Amino acid sequence: MEFPLAILVGTFFSAAIYLMLSKHSVRMLLGIAILGNAVNLLLFTGGRLTREVPPIIGAGMETLPAGAANPLPQALILTAIVISFSFFAFLLVLTYRAYQELGTDNTDEMRLAEPKDEPMPPIGY
Amino acid sequence: MAATPSTPVDLSLAFILTPPPLGNWLVILPPVLMITLGAVLMMMRHATRLHGLVAVPGLAALVVLDALLLWKVAVEGPITMVMGRWLPPFGIAFTVDVFGALLALVSAMAALAAGIAALSDISETGRRYGFFPFLMLLMAGVSGAFLTGDLFNLYVWFEVLLISSFGLLILGSEREQIDGALKYALLNLLGTTFFLIAVGYTYAIFGTLNMADLAVRAREVSGAPLMTLAGLFLLAFAMKAAAFPVNFWLPASYHTPRLTVSALFGGLLTKVGIYALMRVMIMLFPVQHEAWSFVIGVVAFLTMVLASLGMLAQNDLRRLAGYAVILGIGNMLAGIATGTVSGLAGAVLYALHSILAMTALYLAVGRAAALSGQFTLSSLGGLYQRAPGFAFVSLALMLAVAGLPPFSGLWPKIMLVKASIDIGAWWLAAGILVSGFLSTVALGRVFLIAYWRPAPAQAEGKMPAAAAGPDRPGGSAGWLSFGPLVGLTVIITLFGLFPEAPMSLSQTAAIGLMEPAAYIGSVFPAGGRP
Repeated sequence: MEFPLAILVGTFFSAAIYLMLSKHSVRMLLGIAILGNAVNLLLFTGGRLTREVPPIIGAGMETLPAGAANPLPQALILTAIVISFSFFAFLLVLTYRAYQELGTDNTDEMRLAEPKDEPMPPIGY
Repeated sequence: MAATPSTPVDLSLAFILTPPPLGNWLVILPPVLMITLGAVLMMMRHATRLHGLVAVPGLAALVVLDALLLWKVAVEGPITMVMGRWLPPFGIAFTVDVFGALLALVSAMAALAAGIAALSDISETGRRYGFFPFLMLLMAGVSGAFLTGDLFNLYVWFEVLLISSFGLLILGSEREQIDGALKYALLNLLGTTFFLIAVGYTYAIFGTLNMADLAVRAREVSGAPLMTLAGLFLLAFAMKAAAFPVNFWLPASYHTPRLTVSALFGGLLTKVGIYALMRVMIMLFPVQHEAWSFVIGVVAFLTMVLASLGMLAQNDLRRLAGYAVILGIGNMLAGIATGTVSGLAGAVLYALHSILAMTALYLAVGRAAALSGQFTLSSLGGLYQRAPGFAFVSLALMLAVAGLPPFSGLWPKIMLVKASIDIGAWWLAAGILVSGFLSTVALGRVFLIAYWRPAPAQAEGKMPAAAAGPDRPGGSAGWLSFGPLVGLTVIITLFGLFPEAPMSLSQTAAIGLMEPAAYIGSVFPAGGRP
């Protein structure tokens, strides 16, 4: 199971990077969303994928049976999902506000904080 | 019928059964205090008059807690506390050594100064939108990041401080702020995502995220793709610290929020990135750090030189201060690149100096703007005539930032230059000196033009008091904003005049990073690991 998931994670990463190379903030946001999912899948794959052996220590056993899935990465993913979801929500609102305020979603034209024609400082007086 | 276990369960295999000594609670108190106060302030959101009365004593308490913690750690060595009493590495560990406690203390001092300055700088609306709760949560994130002993927990603290920094950055919702915040948010989120990727790979390789456990295993494992892993960590933390090729979010955003917020950001946020970089690269992956050190050195060189050129090219004082922050990052990276005890001690000392000096520099910029109503060098002037005391404080700060005696910037620079020459990296030493010289020129010009030059004719008729309302850029010019600035300058001067104590603490911190035996010993007291 690891191999196809690794391919999938790789595809996600390349799609995310492709989208984030765009000048338009909406595409960059989509890229961020896909990137977050790629990372979550990556963590998931890192935790050993097995359906047959649940991570439960049965009666009389001291440790997990061999080959059991690791439950910790799933806890990590849960945290990461919550965080990336809240950040994505914030970014969506921020991008919308930026579109409203600046009238563009093209990052090349968002030069309000760094004006293009800022004068050089005076050399002397 | 439920089956009862045939043998009594031996809890000592999984739990620490003895309760921790009372003093160890200090380890987690700083983030706990900050989160609690943040929640309390959130609940009294509408009672904006009371915010300062809760927040400033809270930050003062944070300074006291961090000072006690540093004293305890310096005397007793690293201490550990584990969540839920699970035996490490199963429970999330908070492990504090001198390095973490030192940075936590100094950042709490900077936050206290910014908190007092905020009393006059942040308007009623800003408070209603939650400046003080965000400040508390930011400090929770910063202290948590400095004190935790678990890599994933470090990621969580990074996110805590990131989301509160978003809130602070857009306080006021001006168009400039939205523009800056969009770039800041996207690139910083990308940085923490890279960090998360690296954490995922770390768990896949080692099966643990406890830093002490990792420090042991990374030295034993062979055949794992640790170089790639270290490279990913380097990219992620360089992005957070604003090192050269990935630093464009900083000059795009740091000048847009209220000056108090800029002061907080400039002082604290990038240093958390440097802290994490040192913790991971030096303590966890020393072998891989060795291989990456040349790359770090080149990055440090470019960061320093380009930042000092950036300082020369800025007309806006706030943006000049932003490049000064990046210049400091370059110097710290140079220390990390050397990989020797003296170089690392120099980097730690520089981080301490930079936290205080950058906060103070932004506060000084805010006061200059409050006195004259503008930020641009081409229209500033006559500040010396108007406020000689403030001009004196500013000069001291500029000398400190440029690294000239008798202020705090001098000593770390000496240590860094010496460490670079010791390993034969003359170009790195040259970079530190040349960028220091360029920044001296840039800051000297600021003093010449904004302070000594007579006020330009068109600004002559303007009353300075009229420009100093709470909603003007730069905020008020009263003692509430001048006091913290003077306090920080006094600390910086004392630090420069009596550098022995910070120097020896930095030395201890660097040795603790290079030889983490004591750190590991505090997490696994019996010496053995499960």
